[in-house]
Amino acid sequence: MRILRQLILALAMLAAALPAAYAVAPDEVLDDPVLEHRARELSAELRCMVCQNQSIDDSDAPLAKDLRILVRERLVAGDTNEQVVDFLVARYGEFVLLKPRLSVQTLVLWGLAPLALLIGMAVLYRGARKRRGTAPVAASGATRLSEDEQAELDRILTRDKQV
Amino acid sequence: MIIEIGHFALILAFVLSVLQSVVPVWGAVKGDRRLMAVAPPVAGMQFLLVGIAFAALMQAYMVSDFSVLNVVENSHSAKPTLYKITGVWGNHEGSLLLWVLILVLFGALVAAFGRNIPMELKAATLGVQGWVTAAFLLFMLATSNPFLRLSPAPMEGNDLNPILQDVGLAIHPPLLYVGYVGFSIVFSFAIAALILGRVDAAWARWVRPWTLLAWMFLTLGIAMGSYWAYYELGWGGYWFWDPVENASFMPWLAGTALLHSAIVMEKRGALKVWTVLLAILTFSLSLLGTFLVRSGVLTSVHAFATDPARGTFILGILVLFIGGSLALYAWRAPMLKQGGLFAPISREGALVLNNLLLTVATASVLVGTLYPLVLEVLTGEKISVGPPFFNLTFGPLMIPLLMAIPFGPFLAWKRGDLAAVGQRLYVVAGLALVAILVSAWWHGTQQILAALGVGLAVWVICGAAAEILSRARFGDVGLSTGLARLAGLPRSAWGTAFGHAGMGLTLLGIVAVSAFQEEKVLTIRPGDSVEIADYTLNFSGLAHRTGPNYVDDVGHFDILRDGRQVAVADPAKRLYTARQMPTTEAGIVTFGLSQIYVSIGEVHADGGADIRLYHKPLVTLIWIGCLVMSFGGVLSLLDRRLRVGAPKPARRKVAAAGQGGD
Repeated sequence: MRILRQLILALAMLAAALPAAYAVAPDEVLDDPVLEHRARELSAELRCMVCQNQSIDDSDAPLAKDLRILVRERLVAGDTNEQVVDFLVARYGEFVLLKPRLSVQTLVLWGLAPLALLIGMAVLYRGARKRRGTAPVAASGATRLSEDEQAELDRILTRDKQV
Repeated sequence: MIIEIGHFALILAFVLSVLQSVVPVWGAVKGDRRLMAVAPPVAGMQFLLVGIAFAALMQAYMVSDFSVLNVVENSHSAKPTLYKITGVWGNHEGSLLLWVLILVLFGALVAAFGRNIPMELKAATLGVQGWVTAAFLLFMLATSNPFLRLSPAPMEGNDLNPILQDVGLAIHPPLLYVGYVGFSIVFSFAIAALILGRVDAAWARWVRPWTLLAWMFLTLGIAMGSYWAYYELGWGGYWFWDPVENASFMPWLAGTALLHSAIVMEKRGALKVWTVLLAILTFSLSLLGTFLVRSGVLTSVHAFATDPARGTFILGILVLFIGGSLALYAWRAPMLKQGGLFAPISREGALVLNNLLLTVATASVLVGTLYPLVLEVLTGEKISVGPPFFNLTFGPLMIPLLMAIPFGPFLAWKRGDLAAVGQRLYVVAGLALVAILVSAWWHGTQQILAALGVGLAVWVICGAAAEILSRARFGDVGLSTGLARLAGLPRSAWGTAFGHAGMGLTLLGIVAVSAFQEEKVLTIRPGDSVEIADYTLNFSGLAHRTGPNYVDDVGHFDILRDGRQVAVADPAKRLYTARQMPTTEAGIVTFGLSQIYVSIGEVHADGGADIRLYHKPLVTLIWIGCLVMSFGGVLSLLDRRLRVGAPKPARRKVAAAGQGGD
């Protein structure tokens, strides 16, 4: 399950535009590259609350800097990623998460696209089954021309004859 | 005086738009030719009047007329001339005026070039265009008038937001608006068809070129905006899933779907009812985008308007047009005749799959953009929806779509043979596999997903090339005949190939930057050097400089490769004096398709600076791909079959040269 989740995540990262942008200052960077990497991953998913739609990893705001340092402090203290996130949510609320957690409130948010896909596929499947009876080569119902169009057509046809 | 003329012209344009809303539509329904004939001259006149209003406002900006409130709020006498011009649309009122100018421009274009459109359809279309124009002109005159005077006039203006003082502002909004607002004419066509109760061959023939035109400009506009953000905002990102970006991206997704469903309708007479709905939805999303940006419900970099009166008014327009058109659709659509049967595995089927995935993708962006707003209004609860959400929901939808792209153009209409198409694509599949292996070997197996991404991009690009080559049939007919066949292919076939290949190039750029980019964050002092990728950067220090309306600290880097200097980069940290607002000017140097990106953060007292340094491999492909896609659009638009007002039917011989399909 974990692997599947990672796979989906990675595929998603491939396909979608992943903003690769960081506002980390040199003095914040941790010496341990593994911890630093985790800190960066976490930072990209946390919102700078005073900014306009930026993660704390992208933002130059002082609050974002404080949060980046806080995240690193927790990691150095030995927290897991989940513990760091829980800590921040307890402190700042769900607003801090750029990827909302699945809950009753976010059910529609997460569920809408998959549901739309399923409904769309079901509609298409039904349509295809209904059509199977009729031969696919059947000519499309000819549309009747309006008087204007008929006149235009006649005009073009006669003009071509004259040439 | 000139300002009053502009104001008066805007009021006259509103009066004419009301006239246009009623008379031609009435004529079209009643079959009265005299009433219908009112539409074209009135549409042309409106364009002239709004053009006069626009010119009047521009004149006020050029001469820095600070008795005009709008100029005071957004201009400064020391501002360079280019930004005085672009400043006209760098604010709420002015950008709405540009919006309306493009709206009436499209009306005038249909009036001028739509000689072949059946008279009822043309009159009704222009009438519906008149509804939209009237609504927005009323909105401008009531809440967002750019021609308000200020007395006494101040000596100096407040200057334009520094982030907007860039050539980007000269190009991005006009392109984007032509795209965004261009879909209005497709919407008007759709509503006109519903009013007249007829979706016929003429309708299908007319919708596609207009969609294509709007789509091309929207593609360019989004790409331009993305590149602007990339170099201006200084943190090297090119897409942020910001609500304002999403506002332009949703019409693009829906418009892309519309472009494809219109093909089915034009060629096979199928999907009529669906195409009408998509046409309505696409412009509805444009309107929604206008609402999101103009009402100030979002607070983001782009939203320079915050006024609840305006928000309510635009929301009214939004509800009226979207609700009204969908209601009309629900009432009239069942009367439209469906036609054109096809098997699931067929060209039509592939285009339906494209439509399904693009529509669901649009829905995922829509829900992610609106959900935080709706939730806050309903429950007071605040949540954030950012890039990680979109990567998880939007991303996976793109994978099957991209995988399916090469199959589409190979499949026959009505009933296709997937196995046969697979056989013709095995060389392409082989190339994609080679790309995966090379990439995995080069970057190591931890990056295996990136390698798969590279493979997918190669699959899409080579698939597009393969389709064109297979039409030439070099193997059967020899080189010279093959080349002749290539030259004789319908331009729309080339358009498809370029469009798809462009998508692949953009994907390749995105994958390369996401996975293979190198990044360094460090403090650098004069004389220090730093290495990234194959390059060495020598920092020689910061210099202080004074511009026309700003001061900045410019850093100087010599970029060396193999000990030889190959380029210089001069990133700057700039302070705009009028608003005391700092900005970052990144130093960007292009090597081939890749770029080195340096931006300066904190400046230290000892002459050193914090810098962020990136090597972004193949990053330019992201935007080059968009250019190639738009070029495909141009080719398609030049196709004889589509040429606006083409007097003669398409040459049969040429069409027959294309293998079967065309």
